[in-house]
Formats: sequence, structure tokens, C-alpha cells
Amino acid sequence: MKSERSSDTAFRTLLVLGGIAVSVLLIAIFVSLTVAARPAIIANGFRFLTGSEWDPVTSSFHSLAFVVGTLITSLIALVVATILSLALAILMGEYFRTGAFSAIMRTAVELLAGIPSVVYGFIGLFFFVPAVRVLETVLGLPPFGVGMLTTSLLLAFMILPYSASIGREIISLVPSDLKEAALSLGATQSETIWKITLPYATSGIMGGVLLSLGRALGETMAVTMVIGNANVLTFDIFAPGNTMASVIANEFSEATTNVYLSSLIEIGLLLFVVSTLINIAGKIVVNRMAAR
Amino acid sequence: MKFSRFAVAALILCAAAALGFGQAVELVGAGATFPAPYYSKVFDEYNKQFNVKVNYQSIGSGGGQTQLKNKTVDFGASDVVVTDENAKSFPAPFVSIPTVEGSVTITYNLPGNPTLKLTSDIIADIFLGKITRWNDSRITALNPDAKLPGTAMTVVHRSDGSGTTGVFSNYLSKVSDEWKNKVGEGTSLKWPVGVGGKGNEGVAGLVKQLPGAVGYVELIYVLQNNMTFATVKNKSGNWIVPSLASTSEAGLMPVPADVTKMVLTDTDAPKGYSISSFTWILVYKEQSYDNRPKDKVAAMMKLLWWMVHDGQQYAESLAYARLPKGVVDKAEAVMKSVTYNGTPVLQ
Repeated sequence: MKSERSSDTAFRTLLVLGGIAVSVLLIAIFVSLTVAARPAIIANGFRFLTGSEWDPVTSSFHSLAFVVGTLITSLIALVVATILSLALAILMGEYFRTGAFSAIMRTAVELLAGIPSVVYGFIGLFFFVPAVRVLETVLGLPPFGVGMLTTSLLLAFMILPYSASIGREIISLVPSDLKEAALSLGATQSETIWKITLPYATSGIMGGVLLSLGRALGETMAVTMVIGNANVLTFDIFAPGNTMASVIANEFSEATTNVYLSSLIEIGLLLFVVSTLINIAGKIVVNRMAAR
Repeated sequence: MKFSRFAVAALILCAAAALGFGQAVELVGAGATFPAPYYSKVFDEYNKQFNVKVNYQSIGSGGGQTQLKNKTVDFGASDVVVTDENAKSFPAPFVSIPTVEGSVTITYNLPGNPTLKLTSDIIADIFLGKITRWNDSRITALNPDAKLPGTAMTVVHRSDGSGTTGVFSNYLSKVSDEWKNKVGEGTSLKWPVGVGGKGNEGVAGLVKQLPGAVGYVELIYVLQNNMTFATVKNKSGNWIVPSLASTSEAGLMPVPADVTKMVLTDTDAPKGYSISSFTWILVYKEQSYDNRPKDKVAAMMKLLWWMVHDGQQYAESLAYARLPKGVVDKAEAVMKSVTYNGTPVLQ
């Protein structure tokens, strides 16, 4: 008995240490980013956040263009992914819960999650870019093909597997007596889904989507390949733009001056802060939905 | 007891290994990606002949400069001349040794892949966004035979910081005052127009995909991929097709006393291609820093000497242009100025 209890304590201590290590790591990342970004924070000042010009030749570094690019692409991706993952989750969680089709679909979704982002980049380049170019030609816009809309659609497909898998789990957790009650009262299957399952599962599904949003915010390689990499502030979703993660990946290796390098790290710090803020905001939204 | 015997055996093995490796000199370099295929070839050949191992990391010109600044490598490599201002941030004086030449071509996506003739001011105005259609009268006047459509031009540039951009923007700053004042030169720029692709392959890929696109790509890349590129009028008024020969020709201009400041763009050479450049290896002038062993320094300088002379034979097969004779002479003088405790390493 005694030895069992002591092994229990050891296990508990190990878990607590692991938990502390993760928190310490998070703080350490924040601190080391801040320290490395210090020269840029001093040189760029507060204008770093409000200005949009990014000119390495004159050492004029401002981040607004990249923050806006990141937020626009991630938010559109979020909306598209929510709609698609809801559909997939309902299909897998309600209509095809077991059987061969369900197994194939589940495996396919899981495999999608494992594809490296550079491969998604190629899919984007060879499928999404021509598709968007056709759309732009029809609308009479300059037919770049690459740009923020293309990136958003690609990101939506990249985060889809995560949010759809979580959504399916959540939907299959909806108590069957609730659904059976609705069905026994004469509701059709689609009515049951809309009136019972979705209200019950919404907060969990949104949580899943927000969790996968992290991938959209920080995605680098695939974004670089299809966004057009124009370091200018734009709200036009058909125009080429850039994101925080993408500009860091592009310019880090050739950042020759100290302020330049440090400014890129400052963007990294900003990305860290923005991701944290969005995560917190997401948690609040999910909690409110759950409370309703 | 058993354990300690193992420990002794392991120690002896380690010591033997350390001594064994100690005999072959190992050098570490980092920098430009453009000459990386050439460097790996010559370093490999040199290792076969002289048993000197070189570990070269192609991390980019900027990275090469930074690594040398931090003294984490024996030599740095750069496609661009280090600016006077940036040179101040190095802890000690260094020298730049030219190794091979390369050039940048203007490539485009037009129906029928015509070979276009372009002048420097047209190129500048295209990349400034002032010429927006392919049937612009200035282009059609030079190319009466080419059927140029009224498609909008899409400028494609590098999105990553790059020595290629450095060379191209150096050229544009020389030929266009407007470019010099509005954009300037550097490995990364604030582009007035266009979309960015990562690497030569990224730019080439976008140009191939976008009808009417125009971009700049290294000569090696367009040669290896059979792409269409423009003939450019040089300073002497001759139309020059970019090639290894015309790139090498670009070096046939008066060599300044300080070869490390020699920039080939907009060359005076009558048959030289205008957007050519050297790529450089950077080493500190005084090599006795950080207790570096003298035999290592001697091995490095011998390697660099060999690269500028015998190593040149490997350049053309890999699509790099050789250094012209006048430049080799000047590079010799630069290498002889490198010292160890005040005495020249190469005699």
C-alpha cells in the first residue's frame, strides 16, 4: 500500500513538472522574442504598429500591412472552414456513423491533416490559383490568380481536417436520448440536426475551429506560395498581399542589418501576441455559447 | 570493473578518432545560394586532391555576412558588395575575393515566346510600373517583328531577400535616377508594383503561370529550364544576348585598384551583358583572431588561390562565367594582403 502511494506521488509530481515546463517554455519564448526584438522596438517605436510601409532599403519597418493580411486571410479561412467542417461533421457524426463509407471518409480526413504544408502550397499553385484567375477574369479584375482570396481558400482546406475531426467527435457526443426524443415527437432527421444536435454541439465545434485557426495564423510555406508576397497594405481580397509568418520566412535569411533582423523578430513577437489574443477571444466566445 | 575497462577502451577510441580527424583540415563557410552548386563542386574536387574538407552552408548572402561578423565561419560568401555602411558593423577589416560571375535575365510570358529587345530605361520603367501594357509604343518600336498583345504586364519579383535582387536593383539604380530615388538597391526592396515569388523557381513559376508576366531570374536558371529571355542594350549601345560568354565579357572593363569595390552592372565592356556581377568570398584581413591555428589559415588561403586559378575550369560546365584575366591578377593582390600576425599568409 505504502509503495503504491509513493509511486502515485511520483507520478503526480512528474505531471505537475510537465505542466510547469510548458508554461515556462511559453514565457521563455515570449521573453526571448522580446529581448531579440528590443533594438527594433526602440528604433521603430509605436509607429511599428500603425504604419504600413516596409522598406528595407531605408530601414523603415512597419507591420500593419502584414497584420491586416494575416487577419483577413485567417478570418475568411475561418468562415469557409466552419461551413465546410460543419457539413462534414454532420455527415460523419449523424448520417454515416459506422460502415465502410464512414471509415474511408474518416481516414481521408485524417490523412489530409498529415499532408505537409509545402504540398498544400503546390495544390494551391496548380488548382486554386488558376481557379481564382478564372473568377477574376469573369469579374474583370487583374488576373493575378495569386492573392489573399486564394490564400484564404487554401488555408480553409488546410484547417478543415482538424475542425471536421473535432466536430465529428463533438456531434457523436450529443446524448442520443435527446435526439430520440425529438424523433419520437415526429421531427425529421434534418430538423433534429438543426434544432437539437447543432445547438448542443455548437460551442464544441467552434472550439475545434478556433483551435485549428492557430494553423492558419502561423502558416508560412503554403501562404508564401500563393499570396503574391506584396508588402503593401490592402483590404482588397483579390489583390496580392502578405502575412506576418510569410514575410518572416521570406526575408529572415537575407536580413543584413541588425534593425532589419530585429524588426522581423518583432513581427514574430507581434504574431505571438495576436495569436494569444485571438485564442483568448475565441475562448470567451465559446464559453458564452456554452452558457446559452 | 567491467565498466571501467569499457570506459578506458572508449576513451582510447575517442582519442584515436580525434587524432585521426585532426590531420585533415576542415573549413566552414556560409553565404550566398547562387554560387552554391559551383562551390560544392570545387570544394569536392579540392578535397580529393588536397584532403581539405569544406563545409559550405548556402544560407544566403546576408546570412553569410552575419556569420562572418559573428566569427562562426572561416569565410563568408556574398553575391553583393558589402556596403561601406554595413562594413562598419564588422568587428575587423575584411577582404572580398571574386570567385565567379553570374548574371540576371529578364524573362516573360508572351504568346509565341518572342525574343524581345529591351533597353535599360524600358526595363526600369516596367519594374517601376510606368509601362503597363506589352503593346506600349516604346517596346513595339524596338520589336517591330514581334506580335505584342495588349495584355497587362504583371511584374514578378523575388519575395525572399536575394543577391539576385541586389544585383538587379544595383543595375536599375545605375541606369535610372527615378529608380535610385524611389526604390534604391538592396537584397530586399519596397517594390512599387507586382507580385513576389520565393526563389528563382518561385519567380519562374509565376511567370510561366501568368500570361503577360515579366520577371528577373538568374541566367543559370533560364538556361537550365529553356526559358525565353530578353536581349538587352548595353552601355556601349550594343544588343547583347545574355550568355556565359557575354557575362564573362562584362568583366573586361577597367579594373579599379580596389577590386573589392568592382561592380559589373552596366558594364563599359562593349560586348558585356549589362546585368552581370561577381560573387564574392569574404575573409578577415588579419587571420590570427580567436587563436586560429596557422595551418588552418594557410589551408584556407591556398584553397581560395586555387579557386581563382585552377578551380575556374569547373565554372562553365555548371553554367557560371569565368573570371577574366585582369580580375584574377587583382584578386591575387587582394589574397596576398591577408595576414597572420602581420605577415602575409601567401608568399
